[in-house]
Amino acid sequence: MDNQAITVSELNARIKGLLESDPMLANVCVRGELSNYKIYPSGHHYFTLKDSESSLRCVMFKSSASKLRFRPESGMGVTAWGRVAVYPRDGAYQLYCSALMPEGTGDLQVAFEQLKAKLAGEGLFDPAHKKPLPEFPGRIAIITSSAGAAVHDMIRILGHRWPMAKVILLPVRVQGIEAPPEIVGAIRYANEFDVADLIITGRGGGSIEDLWAFNDERVARAIYESRLPVISAVGHEPDVTISDYVADRRASTPSNAAEIAVPDCRELSELISAYNIRAGQAMRKKLSQLSDRLESYRSRPVITNPTAQFDNRRLELDRIRERMIAAAERSLHAGRQRFVSLAAALDAMSPLRVLTRGYAIAADSDGNCIKSIDDISAGDRISLALSDGSAECLVEKTEKSK
Amino acid sequence: MAGKKQSLSFEQSLDRLDEIVKHLEKGDLPLSDSLSLYEEGTGLINACSKMLDDAEQKVVKLKKGPDRTPIEMDFEDGQ
Repeated sequence: MDNQAITVSELNARIKGLLESDPMLANVCVRGELSNYKIYPSGHHYFTLKDSESSLRCVMFKSSASKLRFRPESGMGVTAWGRVAVYPRDGAYQLYCSALMPEGTGDLQVAFEQLKAKLAGEGLFDPAHKKPLPEFPGRIAIITSSAGAAVHDMIRILGHRWPMAKVILLPVRVQGIEAPPEIVGAIRYANEFDVADLIITGRGGGSIEDLWAFNDERVARAIYESRLPVISAVGHEPDVTISDYVADRRASTPSNAAEIAVPDCRELSELISAYNIRAGQAMRKKLSQLSDRLESYRSRPVITNPTAQFDNRRLELDRIRERMIAAAERSLHAGRQRFVSLAAALDAMSPLRVLTRGYAIAADSDGNCIKSIDDISAGDRISLALSDGSAECLVEKTEKSK
Repeated sequence: MAGKKQSLSFEQSLDRLDEIVKHLEKGDLPLSDSLSLYEEGTGLINACSKMLDDAEQKVVKLKKGPDRTPIEMDFEDGQ
């Protein structure tokens, strides 16, 4: 028996030969769940495919792995393509995987969700980072293919709505492997040379593969880093790309981007006419207010009959004068009356009047009236005043009445 | 109209116009100020309308020059 022993290498070579001669194993498609997924520094991917009862070692070399459009992760259900072969050093067979496809959704869909989650986590979709679009852009950069219908739709709508804006086309390829670096280059170039106030980048509709450049991480980052505001305009209404999330504004279509980018000059014309009307109305109102005011002054009595106020004064003056005259007359009359009565009283009291009735007034030599017999004595010289003359007399004798 | 006013951008013109009309509508300015504002507003309205009426879309295609600076080229629409 010992003579028949073969080496391990020989056995493994035989097994390898057996396995590798099976055409079915040379091109197999196998479904399972990824586990223990590892990427080595060499760029090769190592993982295990398993189901509930069994497992299969797999390797995916760098050349194939670089074509993956999603990031495989342990636990993910996948379909793997490849060939089964033996690795003689370990004496183990494994699947040499050439392609992997996530189960259920397509690989692109998974890649999309993964990149979306990653960039969202980094804050690339943060509303706070979004720049406002200029209200009246003077220059609009369009970064798209110069061939498709999209560019012509945009130019037509921009020209229709806002012919004042200069349209600057930066032609790029929008699909294929060169598309992302070209789009990135154009966005950076537009910023570097400040060629516009606003960038629209996008393309017309197509399959998810056609739109893929706008799901590229490099494109997303270039949009995020753009100093100029960016409108993303990819495909048709339901298509949403990573660019749409990162851009400052998402347009549902390229035509919609043109509508968002610029105001409508017809609406502005209406706005300007409205201003014109308002200014005119305000001015007419102002003038009519002033003219009403002027008119109200013009109709005031001081203006219409400037002497009217003097008329009143004059009347008043007349009234006062009349009152004054009446008062004077009254006071004159009263004075005269009083004078007459006083004069009569005076007349009645006059001693001269008494003298006419036979009385005489005796006065001493000093002219003092002698009212008592005690004032004189015999031998005094007195004078007697009569009504029509006087007499010098000598007192011979006095006798006091009892 | 003064040259200075003509150099206002469309956006600035509209802003100024808005301001003028609001001022006029308030109606508390002296007549001479109102009149000069009105005159300025009318000038802006004419200038803005002219900008809109006379605008002709310009479309260029940008090409990188030898020193990387942009060179504008005609873009043939419909090519």
